[in-house]
Amino acid sequence: MATRSLPILLLALLGLLVANLMFGAVSIPFKSIFEGFQVGNANYFTVHEYRFPRAILAMLVGAMMALAGALVQGVIRNPLASPDVLGVSHGAGLAAVFYMTFFPDADIRWLPAVALIGSLIAALTLWWLCGSHSSTIKLAITGVALAALYASCIDFLMLVKPLEINNALLWLTGSLWGRGWNQLSMLLPWLLLIPFALWLAKPLNLIHLGDDSAISLGIKANKLRLASLAIAVGLTASCVAICGPIGFLGLVAPHLTRKLVGGRHQILLPSTMLVGAILLLLADLVARTIDPPIELPAGIMTAIIGAPYFLWLLLRTK
Amino acid sequence: MSLSTHNLSVGYHDKAIVKQVDLTIPEGRIIALLGPNGCGKSTLLKAMARILSPMEGQVHWQGKNLHSIASKKLAQQLALLPQTQPIPEGIKVKDLVAYGRSPYTGFWGRINKDDQVIIDKMMEETGITELADQLVSELSGGQRQRVWLAMTLAQDTPYLLLDEPTTYMDLSHQVELMHLLRKLNLQGKTIITVLHDINQAARYCDHLIVMKEGEIITQGSPESVLTQTMLKNVFSLDAQIHQDPIAKTPMCVVE
Repeated sequence: MATRSLPILLLALLGLLVANLMFGAVSIPFKSIFEGFQVGNANYFTVHEYRFPRAILAMLVGAMMALAGALVQGVIRNPLASPDVLGVSHGAGLAAVFYMTFFPDADIRWLPAVALIGSLIAALTLWWLCGSHSSTIKLAITGVALAALYASCIDFLMLVKPLEINNALLWLTGSLWGRGWNQLSMLLPWLLLIPFALWLAKPLNLIHLGDDSAISLGIKANKLRLASLAIAVGLTASCVAICGPIGFLGLVAPHLTRKLVGGRHQILLPSTMLVGAILLLLADLVARTIDPPIELPAGIMTAIIGAPYFLWLLLRTK
Repeated sequence: MSLSTHNLSVGYHDKAIVKQVDLTIPEGRIIALLGPNGCGKSTLLKAMARILSPMEGQVHWQGKNLHSIASKKLAQQLALLPQTQPIPEGIKVKDLVAYGRSPYTGFWGRINKDDQVIIDKMMEETGITELADQLVSELSGGQRQRVWLAMTLAQDTPYLLLDEPTTYMDLSHQVELMHLLRKLNLQGKTIITVLHDINQAARYCDHLIVMKEGEIITQGSPESVLTQTMLKNVFSLDAQIHQDPIAKTPMCVVE
């Protein structure tokens, strides 16, 4: 299963990357793309300065959000769990909007740290409300309710401080608009979290067998849970700091991947990153090309697919 | 002795289920933990498998506090088959059994030739070889129980702790399991199992430990433990003790 899926996924990713470079407000033919990387070329700005960094960013953010979702689903053993469903993404978003509204002159480089604090508070709030052994449904419903609360707080902030609305609005639905090399360099240090996440593949397999079996097989269940959630929160916060909360990606990508390659995390974690990258590249491509030059936020595209998927999972859960 | 408890109290939410138990597990035997529901037999087993931390007292493995031993090292000594298991999604039978080798593999969990030999052997012993490529989530309860047993056996530990392993199994598989346990015992393994069938315990186990309300009431050979008074006191059961016509072990018949 896995060996067949991997090349197909890689091919799809490559195809979408090329498509993202070719299409947009103006279409660039395939053979001109490579010339677009040379300084002085007519397409240099569009390809090198605009579309390429944005596509790379979409891949990285998609991969990181999917990985965060897989980590959370892995340790909570709950198909409905992911940073966005649990309100962690919107918590990060709220903190970031708060920061941008009240400190409009502050350095934007602090944004990931601010978002991290917001998502940590959101995660702790959920923990405090639900405890460590709550049911699947309770966790999901509480998380969704908290996410809605954070979203309305964001709305409130924007009503109170309408001047800063433009900046914040870009953020709300999660968008890759106007993101480029600067944002990419902001995200780079957070990529260090990825090897730590992959390091957890083996214990994540075992925690799937239940705490009793996992402990009996030599895993420290509580430490693993803490490490996984901490990495997931870090991944989510860094992505939200750059693109805003892009909904349902962390929920849908690990699910689809589990259907494709099975539940072994040595394969699941790398594959889910590929699937997440593909989904966000696709969402951004559609968002940019559906009615150019007007752009929809990529977050809306992921929500259109993700929300029904979430409902379907909710109905299926007993 | 290798596994022992010392003034051990353990339970949930500050409530002791097992109360100040001193117990030394006789090595090289098949030991059954018996008692009515809620007597603490599963809790005691979990404490010996370091799933639960003592509220008071200690569990010792080879004279050392269980919780002071490196968890990977201990996982090569003690294996536990829990009573209920979650159903993992998207995991094949052969992968699940291979997870039993985790205490021996490196960080990425790669299986080597020796691991594979043990995995194949345990799948054969438990009769699940033909299920190898099926998803665990597609199996029946009894099949799944055998797959889990194979995984626990693949851990290849001298001590095996089983929590009601015959649950969900049909009668023929129960008998096969008890025979398999004897075979493993003859290879040198010490087996501690929670059972709810007294006659099954008397027939297939060497040493019975009877518990009630968190305390050990009596222990010893099936002949010495299985008495009318014990059944009356512990299980509130009026029963007669007869000899099993085939195995010549004692068995109880309810009046």
